[in-house]
Amino acid sequence: MNIVVLVKQVPDTWSERKLSDADHTLDRASADAVLDEINERAVEEALLAKEAQGGEVTVVCMGPERANEAIRKALSMGADSAVHVSDEALHGSDAVQTARTLAAAIGTLESVDLVIAGNESTDGRAGAVPAMVAELLGWPQLTYARKLDTDGQSVSIERESDAGVATVEANLPALVSVTEKINEPRYPSFKGIMAAKKKPVSTLSVADVGLSADEVGLGSAPTQVVSSAPAPPKEAGVKVTDEGEGGVQIVEFLSGQKLV
Amino acid sequence: MPAHRLLTTTEATDLLALTREIARDEIAPTTAEHEAAEHFPRDTFRLLGKSGLLGLPYAEEHGGGAQPYEVYLQVLEELSSASMTVGVGLSVHTMSCFPLAHFGTDEQRARLLPDMLGGDTLGAYALSEAHAGSDAAALRTRAERTGDGYTVTGTKCWITHGGVADFYTLMARTSDDDISCFLVDGATEGLSAGPPEHKMGLTGSPTTELHFDGAPVAGDRLIGAEGSGLKIALTALNSGRLGIAACAVGLAQAALDLAVDYARQRHQFGQPIITFQGLEFLLADMAAAVHSARATYLDAARRRDAGMSFGQEASVAKLVATDAAMKVTTDAVQVLGGAGYTRDFPAERYMREAKVLQIFEGTNQIQRMVIGRHLAQV
Ligand SMILES: Cc1cc2nc3c(=O)[nH]c(=O)nc-3n(C[C@H](O)[C@H](O)[C@H](O)COP(=O)(O)OP(=O)(O)OC[C@H]3O[C@@H](n4cnc5c(N)ncnc54)[C@H](O)[C@@H]3O)c2cc1C
Repeated sequence: MNIVVLVKQVPDTWSERKLSDADHTLDRASADAVLDEINERAVEEALLAKEAQGGEVTVVCMGPERANEAIRKALSMGADSAVHVSDEALHGSDAVQTARTLAAAIGTLESVDLVIAGNESTDGRAGAVPAMVAELLGWPQLTYARKLDTDGQSVSIERESDAGVATVEANLPALVSVTEKINEPRYPSFKGIMAAKKKPVSTLSVADVGLSADEVGLGSAPTQVVSSAPAPPKEAGVKVTDEGEGGVQIVEFLSGQKLV
Repeated sequence: MPAHRLLTTTEATDLLALTREIARDEIAPTTAEHEAAEHFPRDTFRLLGKSGLLGLPYAEEHGGGAQPYEVYLQVLEELSSASMTVGVGLSVHTMSCFPLAHFGTDEQRARLLPDMLGGDTLGAYALSEAHAGSDAAALRTRAERTGDGYTVTGTKCWITHGGVADFYTLMARTSDDDISCFLVDGATEGLSAGPPEHKMGLTGSPTTELHFDGAPVAGDRLIGAEGSGLKIALTALNSGRLGIAACAVGLAQAALDLAVDYARQRHQFGQPIITFQGLEFLLADMAAAVHSARATYLDAARRRDAGMSFGQEASVAKLVATDAAMKVTTDAVQVLGGAGYTRDFPAERYMREAKVLQIFEGTNQIQRMVIGRHLAQV
């Protein structure tokens, strides 16, 4: 079966992250960039399915030139090839435009059975792109998977949300988004790193995937960020010293915050 | 702050990124615990092996990574920042593969090296004895010819990975005038390790005596010609010293990072202590020591990679980097004040670990002697 994994390069959560003052987009130069952790899990899940079912894993990435580092990481883990949609015109694209671009990029590939994505990225965090991509492809969407099974004909997941756990099934082709509970991703090996250098990566422009430059990017984005502010610094927490009525104080605190 | 490295290939960039990730997520979180419990993290070496990090500077045809020393040493440096037991362990393992890789026959290399570099096994290097430390040539362990092979009798001292290693690169006397090099399987009959030494630092890494009690070693385990053992041992140490220099820089970098982090957060007299010039200059000197030590070992490594002689440069690197590590770790304790003197922070452990770097693989007095001899020769 042929599996596509949607991957994104994000600022390392270990480094300080900022938005650019000029247009409120991510300041990608200010932080180390890495393959999003949730995408490592998505790649891992695709590799597990490939190991069980055979087939090929292709990673699809939209991002600036530098995102090729994230693509190489996915390839060194064991993915077979990559499609990198890289175009100045994409700068500032919102979730809808991103989904359109990714769906179009998937459209350039032949006979895709399954698309796997992370349920949300650690930078933008709209958490909407996987569902939008499925909608644009006209495929079933199985989101928030903490477990995935496929026999090559259909796919079934355990979907975990605040409301509980449900088992959801669909025939292929389909799209699955995974949560961080899905698996522990493997480390690449040095052999994998060497092999990745020889794997095919096709770099496509917006025109190559069949879109026009004025459909994407900040200028024509249906949603606009009009202002942004850094998160307020953490304040010191409330310390409760237990002198016999610590429990009462905790309940009072929680009810004061309307948590109980 | 991780060091900003100038790497010339994408595979080196990706390799260092992988190393940092493993160091940060798999090694650093448990180092303090393992060191306190004197526990050797054997599993960490399995992970390094699986990731292809146990044979980086050796040929691809034998399962190595074919990486230049310049790259291998920076991997070693990053691992050492997370754990000296792991850094020194990788350096010793790499050195214990050196004699076979450089002096073995093609047949021996094809037969033995893939397992040694493949990641499942761990090596040790057995040269020192109780009365033969700096004066290694005074060693007494004997390998007597018996039939097709040898019978080894004697006691080695201070052996890193003693008792946990799968193979030992051994230097033993084959006659009154000759020392020879052997590759001994860890499971050899008559070979046993003593209890670990109670050390000041590097407590996760077992250092033991190694007893050879009539241990049989097959003739095809002789590396190089009979009598060439001392030359092989000293050649291996030249490269090994570069490894120790890289370990020292990794340790010093960790101490510097800790000290800077603390000095930015700790307030006295109403301001962060890093804003006091007295402390800022101390930190600046620490940074200068780390940078110059790194530059020194990289220079020696590049000479080695280019096929130039590098013996003197390796001794300079070992001397400069390990003295730098001693100074920087001591000053890191100073920057943390009373906190630095407690076991709640790693500064005091770094300082204890730095000391051994000035002692093994040739004390720093011996490095000066080597450098001096190079100067006298010219
Ligand atoms: C933790 C640890 C791990 C080790 N791992 C290994 C290992 O894996 N394999 C192995 O073979 N060995 C190992 N060693 C041994 C190490 O290499 C020796 O300890 C070292 O070479 C010094 O020998 P020594 O301890 O006998 O000291 P000595 O040689 O007795 O030296 C004592 C002092 O005299 C000085 N000195 C000696 N000769 C001279 C001279 N000519 N001029 C000036 N000063 C001199 C030394 O610098 C030192 O200060 C290890 C040691 C330690 C502590």
